[in-house]
Amino acid sequence: MAIEKEITCIVCPIGCKILVRVVENQFELLGGNKCKSGIDYAKSEALDPRRMLTSSVLVNNGEWPLVSIKSSKPVQKYKIYSVLKEIKKIKVNAPVRSGQIIIKNIAGTKIDILATKSIKK
Amino acid sequence: MTNFNTDVAVIGGGPAGLAAAISAYENGAKNVIVLDRNKWLGGILPQCIHDGFGVEETGSSMTGPEYAEMYINTAKKLRIKFMNETMVLQFNKNRKIIAANKKDLHQINAKSIVLAMGCREKTRWNIMIPGDRPSGIYTAGVAQSFINLYNIMVGKKVVILGSGDVGLIMARRLKFEGAKVLGVVEILPYASGLQRNIVQCLDDYGIPLYLNHTVTYIKGRERLESVTIAQVDEKIDIIPETEREIKCDTLLLSLGLIPENELSRNVGIEIDNVTGGPIVNQYFETSLSSVFACGNCLQVYDTVDALAIDAKKAGENAAKNTIKQNKKINIKAGKGINYVIPQRISKSGKIRFTLRVKKPCVSPTLRVISGDYELFKKKLRWANPANMVGFDIDISDETIKAKGDLVVLLDGY
Repeated sequence: MAIEKEITCIVCPIGCKILVRVVENQFELLGGNKCKSGIDYAKSEALDPRRMLTSSVLVNNGEWPLVSIKSSKPVQKYKIYSVLKEIKKIKVNAPVRSGQIIIKNIAGTKIDILATKSIKK
Repeated sequence: MTNFNTDVAVIGGGPAGLAAAISAYENGAKNVIVLDRNKWLGGILPQCIHDGFGVEETGSSMTGPEYAEMYINTAKKLRIKFMNETMVLQFNKNRKIIAANKKDLHQINAKSIVLAMGCREKTRWNIMIPGDRPSGIYTAGVAQSFINLYNIMVGKKVVILGSGDVGLIMARRLKFEGAKVLGVVEILPYASGLQRNIVQCLDDYGIPLYLNHTVTYIKGRERLESVTIAQVDEKIDIIPETEREIKCDTLLLSLGLIPENELSRNVGIEIDNVTGGPIVNQYFETSLSSVFACGNCLQVYDTVDALAIDAKKAGENAAKNTIKQNKKINIKAGKGINYVIPQRISKSGKIRFTLRVKKPCVSPTLRVISGDYELFKKKLRWANPANMVGFDIDISDETIKAKGDLVVLLDGY
């Protein structure tokens, strides 16, 4: 099955609308890009779009009620909501140190959830 | 009242204040104090939990809290002094600062002052939206602090007015927290936030962006019940027949930021009407000698990286404090340019200028002229008001001696 997609390039603020076609995981550029760096971006966006995920997790007995978190690596776009669902279930105890692993291998992605802030008791 | 002396006093402990304080210390000021009204350091950064900070500076993308922690740790190692929960009430032309906290009133006599007070968000009253005054209307940054710091959700069905970056980032954040985000409404024909945020915060989650639209009415008795939006024409006049009501319980305002300069104004520092920040020279020194300005109280930056780079220079100059201003040349914003910083120069050398253009355009030419003479010319691939433009020029002794104003303009605009 062939899918045609229009991808807005974010490499620079011109924001070219790059038209691509994906046939069985094969990438084909149809045009719209003003420069070469747009091609790589469009390719990764068309075949395997990923996003860094940031949110927060509840904290028990902390100076703040929340600790901010991030994914250790970019998460596949279609898995974002299942990862968020897992994050919402968690509550950690203070103290929390920045960089600490909050959840290992979240939602079977092999990606960890890390604290991005230190929270004192 | 306590009374003490310091080499450099920094007003504001956000990213600009921290960067300036560290740089002042590293450049020889052994007595550096940072005054901040919050109980924490880092200013707005702890609530900016998204990533993208520090890319230009460090090469790796950090979240706001991580970026803040990096600076706070460095500052603490250097034995820079901090006074938190301390409000600067005023300072005078001799750099005597009066500050208050729960313990006492303090008089701080500083050889140099660095202004790093940051900025405030524009509110409903800056653009006078007609209608009722229900609850459920927040500025985007306030909603961000409620959700990311205090665990308070702001609403369930949200409309966002203004397409600034904070608003776009909040659209995604609200979606993550289970709210329905009905759309982002922008009066201009283009978004004011970065393209990256349009794609990753709106397009990714199917949130519509209504360009050439604005909110014309706010309705609700206790809580917000609906907003009316309408299309505007080229003159930004409302087209009445396009009005429609959107049921919602929350309106976020992302209308732009205003540098915070009450302290600067009170002491008589000259303010640029366009930036809303102090007029500075190439050393980031304001019209009051030995008082420097940096960060978002100088101009609203689009990345913390560019902000920190300039703040470090301001801190360095505050530490050295050997500036003699005599021949002043004004830098003027010409065709297509909204503003240029510094607004004044007084000495030859390599000078970095930052500016914002008025409208988005493709392949314009940036020119700097002095009378008939062209000092600088650069072809840009694109220019956008959302992206600050920076460039270096070698200013010769002759240019300084000529005393003629420099005009920065955009050709092909």
